[in-house]
Amino acid sequence: MSHTELGRVDIKDLSITLGRGKQAFEAVQNVSVSIAPGEFICLLGPSGCGKSTLLGALAGHLPASSGSIRVDAKSISGPDSERGIVFQQHTLFPWKSVIDNVAFGLKMQGIPRNVRHEQARDLLKLVGLAGFEEHYPAQLSGGMQQRVEIARVLINSPKVILMDEPFGALDAQTRIMMQQLLLRVWERFNTTIVFVTHDIDEALFLADRILVMSARPGRIIENLAVDFQRPRDAELLTSEAFMHLKRHCLQLLHLR
Amino acid sequence: MKYPRFKRPLLRAASVGFYLIAWHLLSTQHVDLGIVTFQNVPTPGEVFAEGWNLLQSKKTLAHLTASLSRVFGGFVLAGLVGIVLGLCIGSYHLAADLLLPPLELLRPIPAVAWIPLAILMFPSTELSMTYITFTGALFPILLNTIHGVVGVDARLLASARSLGARQLAVFHEVILPGAAQNIFTGLSIGMGTAWFCLVTAEMIAGQFGIGYYTWSAYTIQNYAGIVVGMLLIGGLGLLSSQLVKRLGQALTPWHRPPAKAL
Repeated sequence: MSHTELGRVDIKDLSITLGRGKQAFEAVQNVSVSIAPGEFICLLGPSGCGKSTLLGALAGHLPASSGSIRVDAKSISGPDSERGIVFQQHTLFPWKSVIDNVAFGLKMQGIPRNVRHEQARDLLKLVGLAGFEEHYPAQLSGGMQQRVEIARVLINSPKVILMDEPFGALDAQTRIMMQQLLLRVWERFNTTIVFVTHDIDEALFLADRILVMSARPGRIIENLAVDFQRPRDAELLTSEAFMHLKRHCLQLLHLR
Repeated sequence: MKYPRFKRPLLRAASVGFYLIAWHLLSTQHVDLGIVTFQNVPTPGEVFAEGWNLLQSKKTLAHLTASLSRVFGGFVLAGLVGIVLGLCIGSYHLAADLLLPPLELLRPIPAVAWIPLAILMFPSTELSMTYITFTGALFPILLNTIHGVVGVDARLLASARSLGARQLAVFHEVILPGAAQNIFTGLSIGMGTAWFCLVTAEMIAGQFGIGYYTWSAYTIQNYAGIVVGMLLIGGLGLLSSQLVKRLGQALTPWHRPPAKAL
């Protein structure tokens, strides 16, 4: 797929200051990292460490105070459909049916209704939501809403998908189901994913590479390759190698 | 206390019936309580007869169309201006700073207080009454629209932009539907105040219309006509508010979704 060459992210000496005047503070400090096309990156860190801020900057919603972010060698300037974002609490449009939510990105490109609905239908099938096209978001469970979110981002064929604790509000069982679904989708589309989480198990289960961040001001304190075989399933979570890395992460986060 | 469900409509009808009978007794007996007197209050029978007369009269249609067209004109204009201004003021600080202060200064002035100036300002009384109605309806619509726009979830706006929406698309795909419920609340309240202002304006400046009819019934001592006019005003106000409410529900179907799928 052509995607494999697209979706390279280069962050260089990035710092982000939030707040104004006396309240101003540095949320992200001097972060430099390169992400290969198609790589699955997890940003792991304690709450308030600036990982969501970093993601917001990648999305183009927050300006950098210094340094640069390039996607495929092009500096980013504001939000763009080539970088889709999924939040912890869904941001589906309550007034649009599921299929119109998913098709929204194509509507913005001026693609005719029947074409965009056909693509949306395919993606809904992929995330296991065939038959829910005409529902409103409020009629779906939390896990289903996040699946619609993922389909809505995928329809734009983004180079990078940014995810901010997308499964953080789900119950444990649904969360594991969603993680497996996300891996399946990612293996098929091979899009670069930057996934923010504070859950070590989640990061280890999903990522090719974990970037561990320190408490505020957020800096990257470890660049951890996770080379468990793929496809991964829930058994991995109890394996010796998994536990070993988990211990290492706990130490980094000063949790033991 | 518990009672069978089917009896509730009966009880409600009985409650209305009780007041009708009380009205009948007070007015037929010309009760005088000192601080309030029913000596000149028409009886329900007289009111009904006068209502029937009005139905037969050729002037009725003229009164109704006069009032309805004034309310409709003022209300539609207030709706357009209120929604457009509200969307701008709610979305842009610059628009808020430039447009809101003079409006805030005018807002505490009751629409009714505009009547003398309106008569001086507009060449026809018709226009001045429509203007009064407009002023009355404008502020509830404007303020509710602003409130709705400001209340639109910022994450929805961020999401829309990340999905490729440009400014104009953000307006009609996110801000307008996001504020729709508040806008319809404003329209519904605005419809009520529009009637209130119109009737007052008609009593002072009108030559046709239900407010004029009510007031002239008083001046020619057709006391039953006063009550007929009052009932008509109430009924029409209720009907048009309901119409706005229904329209709002039909246009915002997502606010009453059926049961959850799972």
